[in-house]
Amino acid sequence: MCSLSREKIIKTTTDIDSLRSEIRDKSVRVIDVRREDDYKQSHIPNAVNLPLANLLSDDSPERVLKLINTMGIDDETHVVVYDDTFGALASRVAWTLEYLGHNDVSLLETTFSKWKSLGLENDRNIPDMRSSNHSIHLRPEIMATSEYLEIAKDKPEVILIDNRERLNYLEQHIPGAISLPYRTLATPEKILRPKEEMKRLLDNRGISGNSEIITYCGSVGTLSGLAYYALKSVGLPNVKLYVKSFKEWKGLEKPVAKQEDANYWDLSAE
Amino acid sequence: MTISEVKHSHRDSSKPKINWARFEESEDFANTVKLYRQGKYDEDSFRRYRLQHGAYGTRMTNDYAMVRIKIPAGEIYPNQLEKIAQLSEQFSIGSAHVSTRENIQLHWVILEDVSEILRGLAEVGLTSREACGNSVRNVMCSPLSGVCPDEQFDSTPYALATARFFLRNPMAQNLPRKFKFNFTCCEHHGMVRMVDVGLIPQIRDLNGNIQKGFRVFLGGGLGNKSYVGYQLEEFTPEEDLLYTSIAVVRIFDRLGDRKNMARNRMRYLVNDMGWEKFQNLVLKERAIVRATQSVVTRLDVDHTPNEIKNPVRISDESGNPISDGYSRWLKNNTLKQKQSQYYSVFLTLESGDVTSSQLTSLATIVREFSSEGHARTGFVQNIALRYVHEDDLPRLYSKLLAIGLAKSGALTMAAAVGCSGTTSCNLALTNSHRLAKEIQRKFLELKLDQDDDLRDSTIKISGCPNSCAQHGIATIGFFGGGGRVGREMFPNYQMSLGGRSDGETMLGATCHRIPAKRVIPVILKIIELFKKNKKPNDTLQDWIHRIVNGKEDSEIKSVLDMRKVLDPLTIPPTKEEDPDFYSDYGSDSSYHTKTGKGECAA
Repeated sequence: MCSLSREKIIKTTTDIDSLRSEIRDKSVRVIDVRREDDYKQSHIPNAVNLPLANLLSDDSPERVLKLINTMGIDDETHVVVYDDTFGALASRVAWTLEYLGHNDVSLLETTFSKWKSLGLENDRNIPDMRSSNHSIHLRPEIMATSEYLEIAKDKPEVILIDNRERLNYLEQHIPGAISLPYRTLATPEKILRPKEEMKRLLDNRGISGNSEIITYCGSVGTLSGLAYYALKSVGLPNVKLYVKSFKEWKGLEKPVAKQEDANYWDLSAE
Repeated sequence: MTISEVKHSHRDSSKPKINWARFEESEDFANTVKLYRQGKYDEDSFRRYRLQHGAYGTRMTNDYAMVRIKIPAGEIYPNQLEKIAQLSEQFSIGSAHVSTRENIQLHWVILEDVSEILRGLAEVGLTSREACGNSVRNVMCSPLSGVCPDEQFDSTPYALATARFFLRNPMAQNLPRKFKFNFTCCEHHGMVRMVDVGLIPQIRDLNGNIQKGFRVFLGGGLGNKSYVGYQLEEFTPEEDLLYTSIAVVRIFDRLGDRKNMARNRMRYLVNDMGWEKFQNLVLKERAIVRATQSVVTRLDVDHTPNEIKNPVRISDESGNPISDGYSRWLKNNTLKQKQSQYYSVFLTLESGDVTSSQLTSLATIVREFSSEGHARTGFVQNIALRYVHEDDLPRLYSKLLAIGLAKSGALTMAAAVGCSGTTSCNLALTNSHRLAKEIQRKFLELKLDQDDDLRDSTIKISGCPNSCAQHGIATIGFFGGGGRVGREMFPNYQMSLGGRSDGETMLGATCHRIPAKRVIPVILKIIELFKKNKKPNDTLQDWIHRIVNGKEDSEIKSVLDMRKVLDPLTIPPTKEEDPDFYSDYGSDSSYHTKTGKGECAA
C-alpha cells in the first residue's frame, strides 16, 4: 500500500464546523445520498448526489468504481457522506466505498434537516465533476456473507448484532444474535452518541475487546451500516457488515430464533 | 436542591419541582449486573436488588426486564415525557405503558441496558427506585386533586411529601411485602379502601378552629384475596399524618408475615389479628412514634401554590375545522374543574399504551395547553392534562387528533383496563392486555361511550387471579385462566359483577366463567339485558348493584339468574366448528397455559 506512509486518523463522523471549513478549502468531496428530487431542491454546497437506491440497483465493485470515478473521487480524496435518515443511508454508501478500498470516508455527524434547521448554507448548484481514476483494493474483511455468517455465528468469539427494532427482533432473528436497535446508537441531535457514552453502553452489553462483530438489519444493510460505524467510532477493530441482512437470510430459509410464549406485539400502541 | 431552595427560587412551572433521582444508582446497577452475570452475585440477592431499583422480570426469560418508572402523585413534566419517549425508543419497544398506579413502564428492556435507562431518568429527575420489591411503592394521588369540585383541599403536596419521606428511607427498605399509599381528592375519585393506606382530605371545624386532616383507611387491598380497608378514626389531623404513616409501616414491618409469600400483604395481618386489635396497635404505636421521633422528623409539605399561567402561545389561526368527533370527545374525555373556565382533559389510551412519538408530541401539547405546565397520570391507565382553558379545548382537540390521542371514551365504560397479561408478565395466563383493547375498540365502534347509562360502569381485566388490573372493583371484572374441553385448552375468564371502589366499596360477586372469545358478546348481552329491564334513570351500575345485592325485581334477580341467561354463550364449540375459540387474542396457535415464576413477593 503506497499510502501507508501518510496514514492519517480517519474519524467516523465529521463535525459540522470541520465540514464547513473543508468545503471552503475545497478539500472534501461531499456525497448527498438522498433522492434526486430532494437533492435538487437544496443540498450542502458542492455536494454531489448519489441516491442510495441508485447505488443499490447494482453495487458490484465495477459499477461502484465507475460511480465514484464519475464523482471525481480518487484514492486520496477525503469523502463525507450525509443523508436525512439518521445516518443509516449515508452509512451504507460510506461502507460501500470502504469495501472498495477507499479509506478516507466519514459520515456527517448530523442530518441534512438538522443542518438546515441550524441555518447553515445550502444551495441548488450542481458542482462540476472531473472524472477520476480510483483503484480497487476490495476489503472482504468488512463484509459478511450468509455462508460466512452461518459458520461464524456459532463461534464463541463472534458477536452477532441485530439492529432492527426490538419487537422485530423478538419475533424472529438469526440464532445467537443480540438486539441493539439502531435508535440506541443516536442522540436526538447527532447520528451517533458521543464516544464515551457509546463505549459505556457497549461495554455494558459485553461488546468490546477484540471480538469479531457482525451487524445486520432488515434488508440492505442501512441500519446495520450505522451500527458498523457506531462500533468503529469506539475503536472496535474487527467489525463486519452482513450487508444482505435478514431478508436474504430468510429467503435462503436459514434457521431463525424467536422469543416464544409472549404476545409482546400487543404492548405496542402503533 | 432542598425544599427551601425550591420554595424561594423563582419557579418555572414546566420544570419538575422535586428531583427523585440519584445518578450513582445507575452506575451501581450496571456494575451489579456485571457481577451477577459473572456469577459473583447469587440469584436471590440479585433479584431483590433489581426489584428494589424498579426492574421487574419478564415472561419466560432472564434476559429482559420491565422498568417501572415511579411518577409520584402522578405529576409528570414535559421534559420527563420527552425523556421517557426517547428511552422507550432506544431501549424498549417504542411504546410506553401507563399503569394503574400512576407509573410508566418500559417493557422488554435488555437487563444490561437498565442502567442506561436509570441514567436517562436521572437526567430529568425521575427514578424507578422502590417501584417494585418490598418497599413503599409509588405514592398515588387522584389525578383530580387540586381541581376536583368535591374535594375539601388539595392532597397533592401531602402525597409528594409522603413519597419523599419514604423513598430510600431505611425503615422501608425491607418490609415483609410491598406497601401502597393512595391519596385522593374525594370519596368518588380515589381508591382509598383498596390499598394499605388510603387517605381522603377532610376539613374539620372545631369550635371555629378550622383544621386540615384526613380520613385514613388501613388494610385494604386487591389481590388473590382482596379486602376492604377500615377507617382508623374519625379524623386524623395533618400533623399526625406522618406519625400515623410511620406507625403503620413499623407495625407491618414488625408483625407482617415474612414467611408465607402468598399472605404477607398488610391486609392479611389486619384480617388475622382483627381490626380492633390492629387499630389499637396503630394508635399506641403512633403515640410512641410521636413521643420518640426527633422534632426534625416531619413531613416536608410544600404548600407553595402551583403557578397557573396561560402559556404563551404561537397563534395558530390556520383554521381548525372542528370535526364531528369534537363534541363526543368533549363529553367523554373532559371534566369541568372547580376553577372556573378550566377543564381537565383525559386521554383515552388502549390498555395504557402510548407510542414514543405520541409522548414527544404530548410534551409540546402540555407546554402549550396546560396552565399548570405538567400532566398527571391517572388511576386507570390514562393521562390527564389539567388547567386547560375552555377556549382552548377545540384547538387542543385538533392537536390531539393529529397525533392519534383524541379518541373518545376516557371517562366512560369504554376505557377498559387490562394488565400486561401474556404480553410480558410471567404470571399471566391470558392476553388480558389485548382483550381490553378489543373491548375498547368494540365500544367505540358501537358508540357505547356516548351512552349515559353506561358512563359510571367499568370493565377491568387481569390475566391471572392477582389483581393488577383491579378487576375486583370493576362493574364487570375478569381474571384469566385456562378452560378445557377434553384435551384441548382455551383461554377463559372468571367474570365478577358489581365491584366498586367508592364510599360503598365492595368486591364484585363471582358470576360465571366466560371463554376469552366470548367476553365481548357477553358484555354486550349484559348491556342488552339491562336496556330491556332498566328503570327510568337507571344506570348499568345501579342495575348490577341491585342484582348483586338481591334487590332487583325484573327477570334477573340474582347473580345466579344472570349466570343462567349467559350460559348458552359460554358453551365451547368443537375445534372443527370454531378453531379461533381455542387460541387467545394475539396468537394463532392453540392455547396452552404457561407461566414462569412470579416475583411480586421476591
